[in-house]
Amino acid sequence: MPSASEILQTLTFQSGYNTNLVILGTTLLGLAAGIIGVFALLRKRSLMTDALSHATLPGITVAFLVSTALGVNSKSLPLLLFGAAASGIIGVLCIQAILRFSRLREDAAIGIVLSVFFGAGIVGLSYIQANAASGSAGLNKFIYGQAATMQPPDVLLMGGIAVAAMLATFLFLKEFALVCFNDSFAQVDGWPVSVIDLVMMGLVVLVTVAGLQAVGLILVVAMLIIPAVAARLWTDRLLQLVIIAGLIGAGSGYLGSVISALLPRKPAGAVIVLTCSGIFLFSMIAAPSRGIISATWRRIRLRLQIEADHLFEHAHENAKFVITQVELKELSQFRAWSPAFRWVLIRSILSEGQVVRVSEGFELTRAGANRGAQVSRNHALWEQYLMSYADVAPSHVDWSVDQVEHVLSQELVSELERTLSSRGIMIPQPNESSV
Amino acid sequence: MSTPFFQFDIGLDLFPMLAATLAAVGCGLLGNFLVLRKLSLMGDAISHSVLPGLVIAFLIASTRSPLVMFLGAAIAGVTTVLLVELVKKYARVEPGAAMGVVFSALFALGVLLIERAAVRHIDLDADCVLHGQLETLVWYGAPQKLSELIQFSNLSEVPRQIYVLLSMVVAAFIFVGVFFKELRIAAFDPALSTTQGFNATLLHYLLMIFVSAATVASFEAVGSILVIAMLICPAATARLMTDRLHTQIAMSVVVSIICGIGGYVAATAVPAVFGKDAVNAAGSMSVVAGLILAIAIIGAPKHGLITRIIRRKKLALRIAIDDVLATLYRAEESGQNVTIRSLKQMLIGRSVDSAIAASVRKKMLLQDQSQLSLTQSGRDTASAIVRKHRLWEYYLVENAGFAPDHVHDTAEQLEHLKTQPPAGPSTDPHGKSIP
Repeated sequence: MPSASEILQTLTFQSGYNTNLVILGTTLLGLAAGIIGVFALLRKRSLMTDALSHATLPGITVAFLVSTALGVNSKSLPLLLFGAAASGIIGVLCIQAILRFSRLREDAAIGIVLSVFFGAGIVGLSYIQANAASGSAGLNKFIYGQAATMQPPDVLLMGGIAVAAMLATFLFLKEFALVCFNDSFAQVDGWPVSVIDLVMMGLVVLVTVAGLQAVGLILVVAMLIIPAVAARLWTDRLLQLVIIAGLIGAGSGYLGSVISALLPRKPAGAVIVLTCSGIFLFSMIAAPSRGIISATWRRIRLRLQIEADHLFEHAHENAKFVITQVELKELSQFRAWSPAFRWVLIRSILSEGQVVRVSEGFELTRAGANRGAQVSRNHALWEQYLMSYADVAPSHVDWSVDQVEHVLSQELVSELERTLSSRGIMIPQPNESSV
Repeated sequence: MSTPFFQFDIGLDLFPMLAATLAAVGCGLLGNFLVLRKLSLMGDAISHSVLPGLVIAFLIASTRSPLVMFLGAAIAGVTTVLLVELVKKYARVEPGAAMGVVFSALFALGVLLIERAAVRHIDLDADCVLHGQLETLVWYGAPQKLSELIQFSNLSEVPRQIYVLLSMVVAAFIFVGVFFKELRIAAFDPALSTTQGFNATLLHYLLMIFVSAATVASFEAVGSILVIAMLICPAATARLMTDRLHTQIAMSVVVSIICGIGGYVAATAVPAVFGKDAVNAAGSMSVVAGLILAIAIIGAPKHGLITRIIRRKKLALRIAIDDVLATLYRAEESGQNVTIRSLKQMLIGRSVDSAIAASVRKKMLLQDQSQLSLTQSGRDTASAIVRKHRLWEYYLVENAGFAPDHVHDTAEQLEHLKTQPPAGPSTDPHGKSIP
C-alpha cells in the first residue's frame, strides 16, 4: 500500500513528469469523453459506440502489418490510431449498410459488427504474434489499455485529440442540440443535418481512438456512456448535462489514473471505469428528484397522503368522529396496511394535527374532519363528471375515481363545480356543518 | 505447417474442434430468441457481465467446479437484467445506454478481480476471457486410428470442458424443446403470452439464465467474443433465409456447425496456403460467421439484396409496360398519333425502351420504326388498366372525398395493383367512359 504522503503527492501532481502527464492526459480524455458522450446518448447511439470501439482492433493490426511491410516504424502511434479510426468508421458504415439492405434490426446489426470485427482483430493479433518477426507485445495494450506505460508523445497526442474534440463540441453546441432533439425540424429549417450528424459521429470516433491506449477498446465505451447517463440523473438542461458529464468524466479520469499510478499492478482502464461507475452509483442513489432515495421518499409520501385520505374519507362516509382501534385494524386489513405502515401513517396524521389520541382510539380534529369531507366531495365531483361527460357507467366509476380523487387540484375542483352546476347537475354538498 | 492443406490430427484437432462446435451450437440455438425479441445486445451485455460473477464465485469457492461457475454466472446474468431495468427506470435513458452502463461497469469489475485471482496463482487471465484457450484441449498421445479412438477407455481422456459444453448444449436443446410454444409466443407477442397464463417476464429471466450458462460454458474454450458472434450471427443468418421459426432454428444450428468446423479449419488452412502459422481459431470462427451472414444478406432467397433488386426491377418493368400500353390506348381513344419520342416525354423516369421491347415480345405492341400501335391482346390489356384507373378515380371521388381534379395521381398508382377496384358506373368523374 502506498503511504499517505505518496497519495498526496500523486494527487497534487508532484510525482514525476511522466505520471503527471498521464494523469493530465486521462483527465482531459475523461472530460472530452463525458462531453461528447452526452450527444451519443441523446442520439441513442450508446451501443453503436461500443461496436465502433471494438471495430478498431482489425484496423490496428492491419496498420501494424502494412507499416511493417513498408518498412516504416510499425509502433508509430499516429499510424496505428489512424488504422483504428479507419476500421472503426468502416464498422459503423457496416451497421448502416446492414440496416439499409437487410431486414435485421439495429441491435442485431450492432452485435454482428462488434463480434465479427473484433474476431477479425483477434485473428490479426494472433497472426502477428505467430508470424511477425518483431512480435506484437505493443498491440495487446489497446485491448485493456495501459495508462501507466504511456510515453509523453502518446499522452500529448491523446490530450490534443481530446481538447480538439471538446472545442469542436462547444463551437457546434447549438447545432448538435438541434439535431439531437428534433432532427426533422432541423432538416426543414435548412440545417445540413447529415453533416452535423457526421461531425458528431466523427468526434465520437476521435475520442474513442484517443482513449484506446489509456482505457482500452473494450472499456472506452464506458467513458462515453457512463458520465452522460450519470449526468442525466442530475439535470434536465442540456448545457448543465454537458458540463456535469464532462466533470464526472474528468473526475474519474483523474482519480482513476491516480489510483492506478499508485497501484501499478492494477489495470488502469478498469480502475478508471470503476471510478466512473462509483460516481454513477452515487448519482443513482443520491441525485435529487431522480435518485433512488428521493424517488422512494416521494413515493412513500404520496402513499401516506393517499392512505390518510382514505382513512378520513372512511370516517366521513360513516359519520364517525372517533376511529376505534378495532375499526383501525379492520381498515388496515381492507387497505392492506402493514403494521409498520399503519404506525407511520398514524404518526404522520397525529403530527399534522388531524387526529388526537383518545382512550378508545383516535378522534378527528376539525382539520381531519374537513379533510374527509374534502376527499368525499372530490370523489363525488369526479364521479359525476365521469358519468355525465365521459360516458362511464355509474357502476364502473367508483374504482377509477378512488385513484383520481387524491390528485385533483384546487383549480380542477373549481372548474368541475362550475361546469357541472352550469349544466344543472347536482353537486354533492360538503356537510362540514355537521362537524 | 509444412503441408499446404488442412490435415486432421486426432490429438491436435479433435477436442478443440469439438469444443468450438459445441459452443457455437449452444449459443446459436439460444440466439434465435434473442434476435427475434430484439435482445441481441442483452446477449452482448451478459457475455461481458458474467465475468465478475465467474471470478467472484471462483474466489469464494476456490474451485473450478462447473456447478459453482454456473451458479456465479446465473446470478450475474440475472443481476445484469435487473440492474439494466433499474438504470432504465431511474435515469430514464434508452435500454441500450442502460445496458452499456451496466455491462461496462461489471466488466471492469471483472477485469480488476481477475488480476486479484492471478495474484493468487489461479490460471485465469483477461486475454483468454476474450479469445479462449482452445489450444489447451490438445490430446497428447492420442490414437491415430479411428478403431482405436472408439473405445470406452478413451472417455476418461475427454477434457472437462467438452463435458461441460456438451451438458450445456443438451440443456439448451431441452429448454428450447420443452418451452418451444411459450418461447415462440413470447418472442412475437409477450403480452399475449402473459394473458394466456404464461409469465413472459419469468421466461425472459429463464432465457437470460440459459444465455449466461452458455456464455460460461463457452468462455474457457472459445472466449466471450465468439459467444457474442454465435449468439447473434447464425440466428440473424437464418432469420434472413426463412420466415418459419422451426426452419430458422434448424438453419441456425447448421450455420453454427459450419462456423465451428469451418472457422477452425480456416484458422490453420488459410495461413498455411501462404506458408504462415495458424491464427486464433475463435477469432476465425467469428469471421466465418460474418462471411456467411454477408452471403445471406446479399443472396438470401426472399429477403436477400439480389432478390430484392430483381423484384424491384421486375415491378418497375411491369409498371412501365402498363403505362406504355395505357398511354397508347388513351391516344387511340382521342385519335392522336404516338411516337416513341413523345411516349418518352410523357413517361419520364420509366424505362420506356425495355417496356416497348417487352411488349413487342409479348405481341401486345406493333412497332413500325418510330410508330407504335396496339395489337388486339395489347388493347385488351390496356383497356383493363384504363378501366381500373377510371374506376379508382370514381371510387376516390365518391367514397374517399377527393376532389375530381386531385385523383389522377393516386389512381395512376392504384391502377398497377392487382386488386380490382369496386364496381362503378360507366363514366369516370371526368366524363370519360369506363371500358
